Amino acid sequence: MSAEHAIRAEFRGRLGAFELDASFSAPAKGVTALFGPSGCGKTTVLRCIAGLNRLAEGFCEIDGQVWQDGERIFLPTHKRPLGYVFQEASLFPHLSVRKNLMFGAPRGERRRKAVAFDEVVDLLGVTPLLDRSPRNLSGGERQRVAIGRALLSQPKLLLMDEPLAALDRTSKGEILPFLERLRDRLSLPIVYITHDISEVERLADQVVLMQAGRVGAAGPLADVQSDPSLPLATARDAAVTLEARVEAYDAPYGLLTLAVPGGRFAEPAAPAPIGERRRIRIVARDVSLARERPGPSSILNILPARIVSIRQIDSNEIVASLALGEEGAGARLLARVTRKSWDALELAPGARAYAQVKAVALGPQGDNASD
Amino acid sequence: MDAFAHIWGPVRLTIELAGLTTLALLFVATPLAWWLARSRVWWKETAATVVSLPMVLPPTVLGFYLLIALGPSGPGGFIAGLWGARTLAFTFTGLVIASIISSMPFVVQPIRNAFAAIGDRPLEVAATLRASPTRAFWTVALPLASPGLLTGAVLGFAHTVGEFGVILMIGGNIPGRTRVLSTAIFDYVETMQWREANILAGGMVAFAFAVILSMMLIEKRFARMRG
Repeated sequence: MSAEHAIRAEFRGRLGAFELDASFSAPAKGVTALFGPSGCGKTTVLRCIAGLNRLAEGFCEIDGQVWQDGERIFLPTHKRPLGYVFQEASLFPHLSVRKNLMFGAPRGERRRKAVAFDEVVDLLGVTPLLDRSPRNLSGGERQRVAIGRALLSQPKLLLMDEPLAALDRTSKGEILPFLERLRDRLSLPIVYITHDISEVERLADQVVLMQAGRVGAAGPLADVQSDPSLPLATARDAAVTLEARVEAYDAPYGLLTLAVPGGRFAEPAAPAPIGERRRIRIVARDVSLARERPGPSSILNILPARIVSIRQIDSNEIVASLALGEEGAGARLLARVTRKSWDALELAPGARAYAQVKAVALGPQGDNASD
Repeated sequence: MDAFAHIWGPVRLTIELAGLTTLALLFVATPLAWWLARSRVWWKETAATVVSLPMVLPPTVLGFYLLIALGPSGPGGFIAGLWGARTLAFTFTGLVIASIISSMPFVVQPIRNAFAAIGDRPLEVAATLRASPTRAFWTVALPLASPGLLTGAVLGFAHTVGEFGVILMIGGNIPGRTRVLSTAIFDYVETMQWREANILAGGMVAFAFAVILSMMLIEKRFARMRG
C-alpha cells in the first residue's frame, strides 16, 4: 500500500479518564468502517483525524498529505480538505437548506467541481426541501442535507460519525441506499463509524475493529469477518460479505448464478444483467459441513472447501473458517456448527469438506457494474 | 407648551447619551463576551467579576472613582488635554465613558450567555466546512447569538437611561450639557415643578414597560428559533 493512496492514523494520549492508543492504516478508497462498542474511542479517533481534538502524540496522513505530525505539524480543521457528518445533523438553524448546502462550497464558478450541486441534490433527494428551514425537516431529511453539505465542500476524505444512530428504523432504511450510491458513484474515500454490524456489512470495504481505545484488527471486510480469532466471527449473527459477479440467470427456475473466487452460488432472485457485481452475505449459521459430497438434497449450494482454522465459541458450538475450492484457494466462508457434529465429522484444519449453504442474502442491485 | 420645550432638552440629551453608549457597548462588549464564553484561561472569571462590579457597587462609589479617573489629574484629564480641555468630568464625553462602564455588565452578560448557548458544535461544523475562525464568527456565531445581542442592546440602553447616581456624581446636572432625564426629574421635584416631573416620570414608566415587553418578545422568538 503506497502512501499516496492510504489513510494513516496514529493517536496516543489521554483525554480525561480515557486512554487512547489507536493506530491503523487503510487504503484511501471505498468505505473504511471503524467498528466497536460505544465508548471505545471511535469518535475520538475520527475527531483527531479531523483536527477537532488535538493529541500531542498523533500522526495523520491522508493520500500523501500530512495533516498532523506530533506537535510539529498540525493543520487546523478548516484547512483540511475533509467532510464531516456528525451523529446529529447539526444543520445551521438560521440558514435555509440551500444555504446550508452551499456553506462549505468553494466560491467561484470557474473552478471545476468534482461534486456538482445538482448531482448531490438529486442523489440525496433533497430538491423539494431546498427553500425550507432545517427546523421543519424530519430526522432523515436533516441527515441527508448534512451529508450533501459535507459533499459539496469538495472533500478528499469524508468522515461519518454514526450518521444513522440517531435515526429511527424508517429513516435508516431511507438513508442506507443513499450511502451505497454515494460509495459506488463518487470515488471518495469514506471513514465510517458505527456500532451496528449490519451497516458494516452493507457499506464497508475495510474494517478497523476497536476495543477500549485500541485497534484490535484492521483489514479487508471479508478477511476480518472470517478470522475466527477475531470477535466478529464468534458473534451470534456472524456472517461473511463477498463481492460476487452475476454469471447467469436461469429464467424458468428464477435462479441467479453468482460467482465468487473458488465457487458459485445459485439463489432465487430477480433477473440481473450478466456481469453485474453484487454484494452477497452468507450467515455462519446457514452454512453446514459434510465430510463427503452429500447425496441428493434440497440444498442447492454444496461447495467443496478446505478447513482453514476453527475456534470453539462455548461448550456447545464451534465456528470454522473455510476456503472455497478443492485446493482451498478461494473466498472464505464461516460455518457455525455444534461441537457434537464437529467431533463426529472428525474434521481438522487443512481437511477437505463440503460446505452446504442454505441461504445467500443478496445486496441491493447497484449501478456499480462498471468496475 | 412651554413645559414641553423645557423638557425636550434633557430628553434629547438622554437619547443621545443612551444611543451612543449602546453603540459603543456593542463594539466593546461583543468581543469581550465572546472571549468570556470561549476562553479557557483560569483568570477568565476574575475578569468577568471586574466587568460585573458596576452591577453591585453603589452608584456613588462608582461615580467617585470615575470622577477621579476623568478629572484633571486622572487619565481622563490627560485625554482631555489632547484637545485642550482640562477635564472630562462634567462633560458629555465623560458621561458617555461613565455610562459605558456602568452599563457594561448588563450588555456583556446576555451576549455571553447567548454565545455559550450556541455550544461548540456549530463552530466545529463550520470548521469542517472550511470556514476560518473569523468567518465562523461572522456567519455562524453572530447570527445565532443575535437575540442575545438584541437583549444586551435593549438592556444597555435602558440602564443608561435610568442611571442617576453616577451621572449626578460626574455630570453635575448642567442644563444642555449633562442634565439628562433622571437628573432633570430630581431637579423638578426639588424646585416643586410637579407638572414637568409628572410628565417625565410618566414617560419613563411607559418606556420601562415597552423595554420589558420587548425583552419578553425577544426571549420568545429566541426559544422558537432554538426549538
